[in-house]
Amino acid sequence: MVVNKPDLTVAIGDWQLANPIMTASGTFGYGAEFADFVNLNRLGAIVVKGVSVKPRIGNPPPRIVETACGMLNAIGLENPGIDKFLTEKMPQLQNFTCGVVVNILGDSLEEYCTLAERLKETAIAAIEVNISCPNVKKGGVAFGTDARMVYEVTRCVRERSNKPIIMKLSPNVTDIAAMAAAAEEGGASAVSLINTLLGMAIDIRTRRPKLANKVGGLSGPAIKPIALRMVWQVAQRVKVPVIGIGGISTVEDVVEFLLAGATAIQIGTANLINPGVAEELVDGLENYLLENKIAAVKELINGLLA
Amino acid sequence: MTMHAKAKHQLQGEIREISCRDEYCRMTIAAPAICHVAAAGQFVMVKPAADKSNDPLFRRPFSLHQVVDGLLTIIFKIVGRGTRNLAKMQAGEVLDVVGPLGKGFQLSSEPRHYLVGGGMGIAPLHLLAESINRQNPQSEIIALLGARTARELDAFADLQDLRFLRVELATDDGTAGHHGLVIDLLERAVAAGGRGAVYSCGPWPMMKAVALYCRAKQLPCQVSLETVMACGVGACLGCAVSGADVAGDGYLHVCKDGPVFEAGKIWL
Ligand SMILES: Cc1cc2nc3c(=O)[nH]c(=O)nc-3n(C[C@H](O)[C@H](O)[C@H](O)COP(=O)(O)OP(=O)(O)OC[C@H]3O[C@@H](n4cnc5c(N)ncnc54)[C@H](O)[C@@H]3O)c2cc1C
Ligand SMILES: Cc1cc2nc3c(=O)[nH]c(=O)nc-3n(C[C@H](O)[C@H](O)[C@H](O)COP(=O)(O)O)c2cc1C
Ligand code: FES
Repeated sequence: MVVNKPDLTVAIGDWQLANPIMTASGTFGYGAEFADFVNLNRLGAIVVKGVSVKPRIGNPPPRIVETACGMLNAIGLENPGIDKFLTEKMPQLQNFTCGVVVNILGDSLEEYCTLAERLKETAIAAIEVNISCPNVKKGGVAFGTDARMVYEVTRCVRERSNKPIIMKLSPNVTDIAAMAAAAEEGGASAVSLINTLLGMAIDIRTRRPKLANKVGGLSGPAIKPIALRMVWQVAQRVKVPVIGIGGISTVEDVVEFLLAGATAIQIGTANLINPGVAEELVDGLENYLLENKIAAVKELINGLLA
Repeated sequence: MTMHAKAKHQLQGEIREISCRDEYCRMTIAAPAICHVAAAGQFVMVKPAADKSNDPLFRRPFSLHQVVDGLLTIIFKIVGRGTRNLAKMQAGEVLDVVGPLGKGFQLSSEPRHYLVGGGMGIAPLHLLAESINRQNPQSEIIALLGARTARELDAFADLQDLRFLRVELATDDGTAGHHGLVIDLLERAVAAGGRGAVYSCGPWPMMKAVALYCRAKQLPCQVSLETVMACGVGACLGCAVSGADVAGDGYLHVCKDGPVFEAGKIWL
């Protein structure tokens, strides 16, 4: 009997991915850090650490804390800035045959637009826009918490770029589906969610916060149910593809997000714990489809029964 | 496609031996691929392979204490949940091991070497002493080891037995060697024996004292730092420490730029 390999491909607009497994920004460096553990070319895409116009040195330590089934981070978006990124990181990224997504961040609308412009000449697969950052001109309110600002950032990046635009949504809002709708209206090719949830941990011995930044972003298996709920809500609201993120570490997690309506998923914190996990999940998803006699991964997307 | 020679490995390593006395444990793990490329001062990050609970979530970092015939030994102190879980493991059980990670010690060409260790920071000095001796058997190697009590030093009995090593001890409570700080031993040893390369690993106040002393005496000095780590491979940027010039250089990352640094490169 001939066993046909299941079809793992998915599409985000015109962008065809070999499979729906991507790595999440800030948890996979620039890919090279994982080259000893993962065959990068087997992944659907890698998303690099967020890049800003100017270099950022990041927050003082301690920057990370382990929590129950999760972690808090306050890295402070440390990155070399777009100039150095283009000269030092981009050349090696271009050696990978998997899709490369560049995650961008800014503290003003202009910075996001500039970054989109600067990435025009590169051969990247897509831009992912981190809007969980404070808008300095609007008193530090995070872009991603105001539907109007979400719309404006999306529109500007869309107009200045020739690449697919993925708007990465913050979960620290009352109605994330409304933010997704604003991104869609602004011309987003897709939305990805969730970024980290704002949290805190205290050392009762010293009576001080465990993070120097006092608060940080919660990620890892602990946040999966929240992420899954939000992906499901957003997938019902918008027509553009949804990329599910949050606590994914097993094939079962991947399947849950696909059923909830995600077209692709990103693995974040799990990479830090198990550096080989991304490729394991590509294999695992293929085996899952074989075992369950599902011909194409697309059949799972939005497959949730009432 | 060109063959990519791996510098780091993730493997399932069988525990060959484990023994704990008081809160100090010694564990030997079969990890040939890692041993093959490992250097003194590097570390591994481990997790019980069967533990899929995600709680505790992170792997735990440990220095390479010894590397012999595909077997690596770590020595650790039980301080919290992660180390308690490791201490409960038995020979024959399997650890998920990632390594070797980080940049280890640069072996100096000086004829004399001072290895200054405090507490669990003594762990990497065994492999370091062997590496220096292998590079130049004529080297004079002096280990200055400090701990809270004699019992803590017992965990490193094998180091004290190395033939080519001269060992001096200090304890906070006076139960072994000098009743006082290991920095006193270093000052005395250098005054008596002369200049040499200094390598240090231990609690931060100790290493800071060593680094400041070396700076004053203009001795080459390397220190091995510890921070909380998530990935150990330079991806999460969680293990930041201040560089000597924070404003100019920003932060260094212990898992990638270190754990061993030239003392002059970091903020003292
Ligand atoms: C490069 C490196 C090498 C090390 N080598 C050794 C060694 O050879 N022998 C040894 O006994 N210990 C060593 N340590 C320290 C060891 O990693 C910690 O004691 C251990 O992680 C504590 O885990 P826990 O769950 O028992 O403690 P908990 O306090 O419950 O751990 C909570 C969190 O804090 C982290 N943490 C706690 N203490 C430390 C510490 N001192 N350094 C870094 N992270 C810490 C844990 O990894 C975990 O993420 C090393 C640390 C580093 C960074
Ligand atoms: C250490 C760390 C750094 C991160 N850095 C970024 C970043 O630079 N840009 C971004 O959009 N998201 C960043 N994230 C968020 C992740 O990409 C992801 O959205 C989040 O962690 C939830 O997924 P997870 O639970 O699988 O980790 C970071 C997360 C972690 C843990
Ligand atoms: S622990 Fe992740 S970068 Fe060092």
